[in-house]
Amino acid sequence: MIRFFLGKILWLIPTLIGITIVAFGFVRVLPGDPVLLMAGERGLTPERHAELTHQLGFDRPIWVQYSDFLWKVLHGDLGDSLVTHKPVLHEFLTLFPATVELGLFAMVLAVVIGVPVGVLAAIKRGSWFDQISMGTALVGYSMPIFWWGLLLIILFSGILKWTPVSGRISLIYYFPNGTGFMLWDALMSGQKGALTSALSHLILPSIVLATIPLAVIARQTRSAMLEVLGEDYVRTARAKGMPPRRVVGVHALRNAMIPVITTIGLQVGMLMAGAILTETIFSWPGIGKWMVDSISRRDYPSVQGGLLMIAVIVMVVNLIVDLLYGLINPRIRHR
Amino acid sequence: MTIRSMLLAGAAAVLMTAGGAGAKTLVYCSEASPEGFDPAPYTSGTTFDASSHPVYDQLVEFKPGTTEIEPGLAESWDVSEDGLSYTFHLRKGVKFHSVDGFTPTRDFNADDVVFSFDRQGNKDNPYYEYAPGVSYEYYAGMDMPTIIKSIDKIDDYTVKFTLSEPNAPFLADMAMDFASIISKEYADKLAAEDRKADINNVPVGTGPFEFVAYQKDAVIRYKANPDYFKGKAPIDDLIFAITPDPAVRMQKLQAGECQIMPYPAPADLDALKSDPNIKVDEQPGLNVAYLAYNTTQKPFDDPKVRKALNMSINKQAIIDAVFQGAGQVAKNPIPPTMWSYNNAIQDDAYDPEAAKKMLDEAGVKDLEMNIWAMPVQRPYMPNARRTAELMQSDLAKVGVKANIVSYEWGEYLSKSKDPNRDGAVILGWTGDNGDPDNFLAVLLGCSAAESGANRAFWCNKDFDDLITKARQTNDMAERTKLYEQAQVVFKEQAPWDTIAHSTVFMPMSNKVTGYVMSPLGGHDFYGVDISE
Repeated sequence: MIRFFLGKILWLIPTLIGITIVAFGFVRVLPGDPVLLMAGERGLTPERHAELTHQLGFDRPIWVQYSDFLWKVLHGDLGDSLVTHKPVLHEFLTLFPATVELGLFAMVLAVVIGVPVGVLAAIKRGSWFDQISMGTALVGYSMPIFWWGLLLIILFSGILKWTPVSGRISLIYYFPNGTGFMLWDALMSGQKGALTSALSHLILPSIVLATIPLAVIARQTRSAMLEVLGEDYVRTARAKGMPPRRVVGVHALRNAMIPVITTIGLQVGMLMAGAILTETIFSWPGIGKWMVDSISRRDYPSVQGGLLMIAVIVMVVNLIVDLLYGLINPRIRHR
Repeated sequence: MTIRSMLLAGAAAVLMTAGGAGAKTLVYCSEASPEGFDPAPYTSGTTFDASSHPVYDQLVEFKPGTTEIEPGLAESWDVSEDGLSYTFHLRKGVKFHSVDGFTPTRDFNADDVVFSFDRQGNKDNPYYEYAPGVSYEYYAGMDMPTIIKSIDKIDDYTVKFTLSEPNAPFLADMAMDFASIISKEYADKLAAEDRKADINNVPVGTGPFEFVAYQKDAVIRYKANPDYFKGKAPIDDLIFAITPDPAVRMQKLQAGECQIMPYPAPADLDALKSDPNIKVDEQPGLNVAYLAYNTTQKPFDDPKVRKALNMSINKQAIIDAVFQGAGQVAKNPIPPTMWSYNNAIQDDAYDPEAAKKMLDEAGVKDLEMNIWAMPVQRPYMPNARRTAELMQSDLAKVGVKANIVSYEWGEYLSKSKDPNRDGAVILGWTGDNGDPDNFLAVLLGCSAAESGANRAFWCNKDFDDLITKARQTNDMAERTKLYEQAQVVFKEQAPWDTIAHSTVFMPMSNKVTGYVMSPLGGHDFYGVDISE
């Protein structure tokens, strides 16, 4: 067991080095010069351009820039943003709680709805419930997020006035020394109505962000369940007279969960992609929108630092998923 | 009661008044996050809306709703006969804001003025590069290092600027955002505490609103400055709710989550105008979109050919299709809201038949050319690609084959400056200081032709003489006459096809009163009130 864990963790080291190279290289492969973009139509003289490029260190050989980046990363320094001139790590950590809060909420929504729907659809294969739920899942999976988010805003905030349009909490609440996790801050502040306000702001963006993972999880659960339900041991369990609820809930579901957990782990990466659009629509101050802004400004330190952090987080989540397998399925850890 | 608990109780009382029923709060759904709160190192309007406009003042200011200059932190000024020295007489009793960790001990004075400019031009000033990568692009871009020879404190309330040559637009430059006056006392304190970068995080100015807090990418909070030298603002709190998507901004405005918003999507204008709770102000933008020929290359070196091409392009169709009506056809290189705009000039009318004949006469046959289309949306141009396509089909009608080319934005800007560039470039400009020199010299002067900022590489002696003379005299009537003549030369020579000036819209709640649109494109909330 310990060997299995250690093996997984050791693999992280070369992967991390690989990620630094990709993160560093990616933004430099994109055409576009951050200095020129800063100046815009106004432009700058070739001398000024050279001076600024030198000031930012972009005139050094690429491997020098990379080793400088790597050296700083090892010391916990991701550099300073070219735009705000603040440390990238600080910016990331300021915005990250908002993305985590939204992502967790969306993920819980996707799992809590997706898994039971998938199980039920598998048990009642071919029924109207199966057809409608899987049809809806397919639509959800293909939904353009931007359009979907706007549609929900117009319906629930514009016409019905049930939810606020955008933001994280009503502007009358403000927690200067908060953690950045708005639900927690609202709860701790003890201010009347703060928690309700924060929750009501979370509803629409969570639904939008959860839509695609929910669809994927529901479909994955259904097909995994179908496969397991056809297995010999399920038939045996049934034959020996075990109650159907126990057959499905214990024997079938536990085995079907392995591919589902893989899917959930992979969806964390997908959530980051979804967060970019969701955060833009709902004015949600998270890292998805921050990354897009940084890329369009060719803010090299922010892009490479942000990519690195996101990659590390996705890796850690997948590592946890891997370790969970080991716990759920002894065959994997003994292989 | 300990001092600490007394302070806390006091702070709570302040907060309660601020949030209470009596306080008036204006929420502005802004379009993007500011890059920082020190205006000098930045060039974007979004950053100025959040920094220089609410928090800071300049020596001179633009009169609301105009590009005319009025006194700001300087009560008056004298210009020497030779136009080489500007002496500003500063206002007395102006207070800087107090923020957490800083309470000013003295009023605004000449040291603040000298410091605010010195840090941008003097490499030895401790604030020249107060954080890695900070540079003063606007100061450099407006040519200040060349124009300003020296800045001297005469006494506590008098500052003299000596110029290296007469420069009439200089006064307008002093009203620009980069010329905001920051507190030297505050800067010194930050430097002593080794946190200079905070000048970009927590601004201290003399302006109508005091900075309270910024929650990154979400909310900026200000409160009215009770000691503002022009009087306290009618509203008590000003909040920017950062909302990047225009359709969402509109929903927020309609739901009452904010009272005023910039940059609506053109497609939403009808819905906004028909909402009984919303009014929409509009104004022509201080900008121009143009198509610049490379006038150093054949056959574009011939004004007749350029004119013929201009006549073959249907600009009204571009306004209708690309601007969706949110713009007007441009006939001059400067927008109609700018002083000295020559309205007597006749545009080259759309006439493909005549254009074809003119091309034949000029001996141009089977012309094939490139049209450069920008890859990005800009305030003066919603969709350059679509514009280029419309031009392409118009040109085909007169027998000219146009190919559309495009590059990544940074590359586009630099490649289009190459004098050997092939073809005509779509580009535009948004004015900085409301002075015609800021369009005519920057975009069409001979020295700009050398640097490439003049994308037509057009250097016409008559034109250049007129604008140089206009820059060197301070007589407004004389300058107007010279710029009007320069526009005549421009039209005859046609180095560009002037495409459009976009229209700027500002939807707001009916309850908002006193909002004045600035022709310079910024958003100011001093003087705005909310009726109950």
